[in-house]
Amino acid sequence: MKNFYKKFSERFIEGLLMISSTITSLTVVLIIFFLFKEGLGVFNKKPLEEGYAVVINRLNSVGKLNAEQIKNIYDQKINNWSELGGANDSIYLFRMEDISNYYTDEQIGENFEHLPDCLNSIVDSIKGVIAFFPEKYINKSFKGKQLEVDKVSLKEFFGGEEWFPTSQPVSQLGVKPLIYGTLWVSFGAILIALPLGLAAAIYLSEIAKGRVRRIMKPLIELLAGIPSVVYGFFGLVIIVPFIQQAFNLPVGETGLAGSIVLGIMALPTIITISEDAMRNTPRAMKEASLALGASKWQTIYKIVIPNSISGITAAAILGIGRAIGETMAVLMVTGNAAVIPTGILQPMRTIPATIAAELGEAPDGGLHYKALFALGCILFIITLLINLIVEFVSTNRKNTKH
Amino acid sequence: MKTSAILLSFILLANSAISQKLKGSDTVLPLAQKEAESYMKSNKSAKLNVTGGGSGVGISALVDGTTDIAMSSRKIKLTEKMKLADAGKSFKETTIAYDALAIVVNPANKVSQLTREQLEGIFTGKIKNWKEVGGEDLQIVVYSRESSSGTYDFFKEHVLNNKNYASSVLSMPATGSIIQSISQTKGAIGYVGLAYVEKDVKALKVSFDKGKNFIAPNMATAKDRSYPIVRPLFYYYLTTVEKAIKPFVDFCLSAEGQKIVEEIGYVPLKN
Repeated sequence: MKNFYKKFSERFIEGLLMISSTITSLTVVLIIFFLFKEGLGVFNKKPLEEGYAVVINRLNSVGKLNAEQIKNIYDQKINNWSELGGANDSIYLFRMEDISNYYTDEQIGENFEHLPDCLNSIVDSIKGVIAFFPEKYINKSFKGKQLEVDKVSLKEFFGGEEWFPTSQPVSQLGVKPLIYGTLWVSFGAILIALPLGLAAAIYLSEIAKGRVRRIMKPLIELLAGIPSVVYGFFGLVIIVPFIQQAFNLPVGETGLAGSIVLGIMALPTIITISEDAMRNTPRAMKEASLALGASKWQTIYKIVIPNSISGITAAAILGIGRAIGETMAVLMVTGNAAVIPTGILQPMRTIPATIAAELGEAPDGGLHYKALFALGCILFIITLLINLIVEFVSTNRKNTKH
Repeated sequence: MKTSAILLSFILLANSAISQKLKGSDTVLPLAQKEAESYMKSNKSAKLNVTGGGSGVGISALVDGTTDIAMSSRKIKLTEKMKLADAGKSFKETTIAYDALAIVVNPANKVSQLTREQLEGIFTGKIKNWKEVGGEDLQIVVYSRESSSGTYDFFKEHVLNNKNYASSVLSMPATGSIIQSISQTKGAIGYVGLAYVEKDVKALKVSFDKGKNFIAPNMATAKDRSYPIVRPLFYYYLTTVEKAIKPFVDFCLSAEGQKIVEEIGYVPLKN
């Protein structure tokens, strides 16, 4: 009977453990599924506000424009239809708000019942017009020509160099500057954090005396508990002006400032985990090495580091993960300008910062919302790739060693 | 038992009848909160519930019927008007205060005035160096709010003539960071609400008549509307609940309410 209870309780605990691990993995899979489902939806949409149309005069020979051309028209960078392959007519912009310059409220009607006719006659009477208004105001007698706008294409999304998700009438969704910004900032952070973190871990586990270690370890662990917004503020007030003066730059909010802040944030993870791994090196191996006449340093890089390489890899992955996914601190110090960076000393906009800054105001299910989810997918893939590479490199090295 | 149930439902009914919700713009939020507080102090039976979320959020809540008053830092859009019309709802608009936007630069900058055309050039990226607008040979660093901000839209419509900002513009998450960055960057320029202007930054005089008159932003010029970058702040509410809401709106428009406006740092209505 006693035995039965023991067995039963063991089974119960095993079952509990299985359920919790299943729930965890299921949650991860569900999150990834949700992320990709929403993110891929962006390629099903036109870069135009839903239910809106861009129309031109029926005599205009231009039939199709891409998102960038429409934006340049509305920014008044293109002022003549001849630049777009049409007749030599200057472009006349018409926005819905301008209608009060043409018609009074009475003419439009209290419930906008005459609005379609008003719009119709405006589009019909001005030859160079380009207008932007809701599709439902196009009635049967409409004489204008509706411009075709293509759905967001993979090429536009990944190759586009401008990120104006809220621009009217068409959004510009080029993620290239954001991907570049993320890679620059994260790469810089790794370059700073990895050597520094490993050095500190080696010092703490092998060289430092007991008392120094007892003081330094909790201090470093404390770094991990500081909220990221505090790091961001520290970066904005101390690091940004320092970089500006040190490199004599016009602006201090640069990728480098982000890299330094992220590097500092990744340090505690890297140090703690790799130090733990190094301390787990069997004492017998270390003593054997020293007994054979190897110096302390030789023991460290021939015995301790190869022995703890898997722990160091894990530390690097977790540290990098923190660096790539961090939002708030980066949002405050990198300047968030969506231009393709050519060096680390330029303002950059990262993917996490973009999602954090814009998701709150993006209407549910809209183009902007889906584009931000697609950014989340890209971030996920970047992290996955880096993890795979680090894993691959470390297992390779292990195999050749043995 | 029965009587207590009736009593309970009566209390609930009475409570819901006088509890009013305000929702919308984060710019209007601090003002509406303060006004609601002092209104409730003098009017014990009133219950007001103020939440932010953004102007667009407030107006769509008005369409859905989940708020009584929508606070907005911009005028209702034509598309939103159409949505209300589609839902068969008529609404009223009340201007409760004004907010002036100041153009600020680093105190070390020698430039002290700009025209609207120059501002447009700077923010759209056509003008890149301070020497083009009468300053020293120094690269211009433009700071703006994030695109989710209502201030971003207002500035684009009224100062940039609806053109897009340059991609190289640095966007900051909050007004506080803009002030901090401008105070430590020599070639910086940005825009902030008049209430945020402090000694670490220099507010520029601006001209919207092609350089004839340059007006400095301060409470006096904003009050008499000679300063051009001033935006109205609105309450929107449905005509069906007008009777219940009127006392509070009247309080906001009263001398006492307008005193609060000035305390918060916004510009009171012209009397």
